[in-house]
This record gives sequence, structure tokens and C-alpha cells, in this order.
Amino acid sequence: MEIKKLEDFATQVRRDILRQVHKVNSGHPGGSLGCTEFFTALYQGGIMEHKPEFNMDGKDEDLFFLSNGHISPVFYSVLARSGYFPVDELNTFRLIDSRLQGHPTTHEGLPGIRVASGSLGQGMSVALGAAQAKKLNKDSHLIFSLHGDGELQEGQNWEAIMYAAGNKVDNIIATVDLNGQQIDGSTETVLPMGNLKAKFEAFGWDVMEIEDGNDMQQVLDGLTEAKSRTGKGKPVCVLMTTVMGNGVDFMMHTHAWHGKAPNDEQLETALSQNPETLGDY
Amino acid sequence: MKTYTDTGKKDTRSGFGDGLTELGRTNPNVVALCADLVGSLKMQDFIDENPERFFQVGIAEANMMGMAAGLTIGGKIPFAGTFANFATGRVYDQIRQSIAYSGKNVKICASHSGVTLGEDGATHQILEDIGLMKMLPGMTVINTCDYNQTKAATLAIAEHDGPVYLRFGRPKVANFTPEDQKFEIGKAVHLYEGNDVTIIATGHLVWEAIEAAQKLNEKGISAEVINIHTIKPLDEAAIIKSVKKTGCVVTAEEHNFLGGLGESVARTLAENNPAPQEFVATQDTFGESGTPEQLFEKYGLNAEAILKAAEKVIKRK
Repeated sequence: MEIKKLEDFATQVRRDILRQVHKVNSGHPGGSLGCTEFFTALYQGGIMEHKPEFNMDGKDEDLFFLSNGHISPVFYSVLARSGYFPVDELNTFRLIDSRLQGHPTTHEGLPGIRVASGSLGQGMSVALGAAQAKKLNKDSHLIFSLHGDGELQEGQNWEAIMYAAGNKVDNIIATVDLNGQQIDGSTETVLPMGNLKAKFEAFGWDVMEIEDGNDMQQVLDGLTEAKSRTGKGKPVCVLMTTVMGNGVDFMMHTHAWHGKAPNDEQLETALSQNPETLGDY
Repeated sequence: MKTYTDTGKKDTRSGFGDGLTELGRTNPNVVALCADLVGSLKMQDFIDENPERFFQVGIAEANMMGMAAGLTIGGKIPFAGTFANFATGRVYDQIRQSIAYSGKNVKICASHSGVTLGEDGATHQILEDIGLMKMLPGMTVINTCDYNQTKAATLAIAEHDGPVYLRFGRPKVANFTPEDQKFEIGKAVHLYEGNDVTIIATGHLVWEAIEAAQKLNEKGISAEVINIHTIKPLDEAAIIKSVKKTGCVVTAEEHNFLGGLGESVARTLAENNPAPQEFVATQDTFGESGTPEQLFEKYGLNAEAILKAAEKVIKRK
């Protein structure tokens, strides 16, 4: 798909994110907006080979695991607009009896979700298990995962990071969303994590960077490059710098919109900066 | 009175290990994970025969539980083994979110449960794991009583689609259940029919319950003994039927009286057939170092304790 079409898709996804969280006055717009290009590239940009006629086992397709489950609005929007479930269902986000729970879950049977996430730090382990199952099944498809940068403060990640390199799990591409923000402030003020590139490398990973994770071409090129590095004996880590709240000027460069919904007026302003492209639900 | 013969003392963990080895030969989807306790869990034979289906994760139980969840995606049936303490409390949230809430077909295989791992002491003895696991929606909780039953249960849970907590232990104990038994999840096993008191036991306490029933019989007291190997789902019908007949009950388990089998039985009876109950269990305490026999005696978990509880509960009728 040409870049312009992918960018239009991403713009519509931003509208979906904003409208989902606005309707229920809850949810996490900041990180969702920052990862819009990433999700669009995975599901629409040809990075992942995937099947919207969902099957939990996911044989003969690439699989994606979202570890930082709170950015469910972007995940739901991209899954719906990729054919996993009706786009209208985005209207039910966080409502009673909905399949679109606050954080993603398999419990309600929403197509596209393969594990519950939201309690942080667990996604990489699950992704590694799925990667090992692919190897046992002689399935050469890849495992993709996304992790927040603040999320790396959870120790389980480092158990998984150590395991992956030590056991040459080289069919996984773990992307870290480096937006530098977490609930209580910047990662630098809450708990400085030092040089993440050096840390992943010290653990034995092949690490690459995407300097602007909100530039569609850079994300596509970066993930394509990451795919070419799989199968070489090392797990692949992509450190992807994004801007939290990207695409809505007053939400950018701050942790204030990590878990806060816009009011009516703010929504109108935000939507005016992201004009309808594919049609609102 | 029916006699039960100990065919030679064996550890329940070996029942797990031998069951896993058999599964390795019969079910190509079975995989195993361990967190640096292969010898303790008796997993070496499975590993020797199926090296590609075994995942040594190191001392990293959280990662092990997550990986087990991930391995189910692709059709594998993971058996994740470690000590009961590290298989439950240490990784409760990983089990809760990635396995139970996600409905993953993971078998959590927990050795060295209760006080009978002995000399290592309370840091390694868990008496809260049944409670932790039974509270998770969708989790099946099994506590087997001897080698044969543990092997049969290991085979049976591979056929069950859903998360299972299988609890067993370290000491060599009487092996008395049939070698060829068919293990039915959620089905109580009647060991003695009786009229005066129902004794419901699980795990290592089942053999003690048999000995207690024999001593009660010598005193002219007729005890019904039920082996509850599945604490969840509980065979409520069997419990209600028996207690309607006997009018009182003793529960016996190597676990805290808070959150264990006894409380599940009490809830069942409170709802359906209220009756006096005595709890043979630890009394909201940690364990300590000692031999299994010493610990059973000190914490009131042996045949003698069951006998006394039976005599007491009969008087409360």
C-alpha cells in the first residue's frame, strides 16, 4: 500500500482512538496515538502476514502480542479496520457486556487477541512461548510484540530477555515504544533506565532503532529491516522513539494524557487536526 | 473391614515424572518447562527422550508461566514444573492474567507442597497454595495422595482442556491406590463406607485417614472415608450424600485451614446440609524445619489427629 493510504488509515485510527476514550471518559489515548503508525504498518503495511478470519493457534501466519495492554484503543481500531470484527463495535469500548474490555482479553472472545494483557511485563514471556511453539511446529512465521518503555521496569521482562538470547529465539521481533513517559511523569524522573540499547545488547539481542516512530516510512523501513535480521541466532529488538499523544498538538510531549480522556471541546479540537479519511463508525 | 496395602513407599513426585514420561511417548503435543528443578520434579526421563520438547528456563518462574501460556498458542500442552511455593504465590499474577484469565491450557505441576518437604523449612513449604489456586476462575485444582494416583492424574490432565494446578510432594509415602486406576477429574473416591462420621481427606492425609478409620473401627466407630483428589471442581454430590448419612464431617489436608479443602466442604454443607465439622489442617501458621513425620505430629496432621477430630465431631452431632 502506498504511504499516503497508510497515513490516511492512521489518521482514521487516531479519530477512532479519540472517539473511543471520549465516549466513556476513560482509557489511554496518549500511548495509543503514539503507536498508531506502528500498528498500521504491522496490520496494513504488509509487515505481518496475518489472517483476519481469526484462529487462536495462528498456524502459518505471523502473530502479534501487545504487552502494554492499556493502549487497547489503537489495537481495537486497527483490528476492526483490518477485518477482525465490525468497526461499529468500537462503539462498545469499555461498556458493560462488551468484548472491547478496558484492557485486551481473550475472555470475551474478541478476534485478534491471543492473551490478556494490562498487568505489565508479561507479554514478552508469552511471545517467547509462542515463538518456541512456531519452531516446534516447523512454522517459519514470526512473532511480533510491543512493550512500553516504562514497562521494562518490570523484572519479568529481563527474565524473558535473558532467556530469548540464551536460547537463540531468533523468530521474534520485540519493539519497545520509547515515548519517555509513564503515569507519574517522564521515565527519567520516575525510574531512569539508562541505556536500553546497551542493556539489550549486553543480554545478547540484535538491537536496531527507529528514530521517528511516527514517520510511516521510517516505521515500514525499520520493521522490514528487523524482519531481515531474524533467523540469525539472535532475538531482534526494535527501539522505536515515538511521541506520546502524537497527532493532537495539546496531547504531545506530556504524560498528562496517558490515561485521560478529552472533554467535548478538546475532542472537537483533536478531531479537527485529524480529518475523517475512511469514515467514522 | 477392607484393607489397603502399601505396595512400597514411593514419592508422589515420581508419579508425576513417570506420568510425564509416558505422555512424552503418547502425546506429541505435550511439552515441559522447568525452573532449575529437573531432578526434584523427576523430569529427566522426559527430557532425555524429548529434548526438543523441553524448555529449561532457569530460576525464572514468572517467565516460565508466561512462556507456558504462549506455547499453548500453536496447540502445545505445556506442563510447567517447580516447587509449589514458586509455582503459585511467587507467580500469582502471571498465572492469573496470562493463564487463567486468558483461558490457556497450561498444567502447573507443583512438587514439594505442604510441610512434608521437611528440612528446608518454611521458606519452601507452602500451605496456602490450594486457596490461591482455587480462587482463580476456571482453574482445576488437584491434590493427589500417592504415586499411582499422581501418575494417573498426570495422564488425565493432559486430556482436560483448561488450566490445571496439580499438587504433589517430596516424601516417600504409602502407595496403595490401584496401578491401573482411571483418574476422573472432579470425582470423589470412596475408600470406606461408614455411618458415624465422614472423613474427607486429600493428598498425603488420605493414608492417614485410612489408618484413623481402622483405629476408629477398633473402637466401634464406623467412619466413611472419602479421598477428594480434586478440590475444584468439588464433588459436592458425594459430600452431601455422605454427610446426610453420617451427620458430621472431618476434613483433612496438608494446608492452612483458611482457604483449603475444609473451607470448600464447609461452604458446600452450609448451603446444602449444615453439619458439625472439624478441620485437620494447619492453623494459620507457617511451617518449619524437621522430618515429615515430626512436622505431621507437631502440626496435627496425622492419623492420631484425625481420630481425635472424629471423636470430637461425633459428640457435636
